[in-house]
Amino acid sequence: MQAKSSAQTAKALAIVAWLVLLVMVWLLLSGLFKPLLIGLGLFSCVITVYVVNRTGFFDQPSLLNAMPRMPKYMAYLFVDIVKSSIDVTRIVLNPKLPISPTEIEMDAAPQGHVGQAILGNSITLSPGTVTIDVHQGKLRVHCLTQAGADELLNSKINQRTAELTEK
Amino acid sequence: MTEQLIDVLSWVLLTAGGFFVLVGGVGALRLPNFYTRMHAASVTDTMATFLILGGVMLQAGLSLATIKLIAILVFLLLTGPTASYALANAALLSGMKPDVCATKKSKEQAE
Repeated sequence: MQAKSSAQTAKALAIVAWLVLLVMVWLLLSGLFKPLLIGLGLFSCVITVYVVNRTGFFDQPSLLNAMPRMPKYMAYLFVDIVKSSIDVTRIVLNPKLPISPTEIEMDAAPQGHVGQAILGNSITLSPGTVTIDVHQGKLRVHCLTQAGADELLNSKINQRTAELTEK
Repeated sequence: MTEQLIDVLSWVLLTAGGFFVLVGGVGALRLPNFYTRMHAASVTDTMATFLILGGVMLQAGLSLATIKLIAILVFLLLTGPTASYALANAALLSGMKPDVCATKKSKEQAE
């Protein structure tokens, strides 16, 4: 009974937090403060939260818990993207076109769906590696070069994503 | 003086962004097949987006427009890889085999 009520409190907190976040985004994007427009914005935020609640989004562990760790992860990902962009640019502009397409299969360290989605998207985001399939916790990744594949297998992105979402 | 500096910096970013868009286009033409061409497109998706939106942000200065540009950046970075995944996965499911020189597995699986 105790556990159930605390879970409900967490859910209510998550709903309120998302509502506040959505209203803030509305205000920032509209920049208009007439009562009618604020009312309409509030109305659409409430409808959004209602629809999202029906998809079961708030029943999973909330992503809001991961928010404080987000900037560090994003900085790490940004450095990764810049490095691999330069690598891919070099390969594309090299007259010999030195590619060696490689496919790798790796176990996703994050167990939850959200964590696996973030991991897959992070891998796709850095040029030279594209996630082509996610199935039962295993990722199939297509890499432009063998060196890029080795780099991905040795990189800490898997652990970092797991730390981000499940700590 | 600072205004000029910001102007120069923003044009450097915009030019570099244009260069990476060009690289993405050249790559999409030069690379041999579907899966490898996606890698070239992702240079345009990420690096060029950072640089061009960064340059435009410097032009906009500290205003509501910059916040909207940050929102655009976030949405592009969220939807870009999702669209790439949908494309690659659809190709895989419809039976297009990735041409690979080698297949590797992560260490835990190899053991």
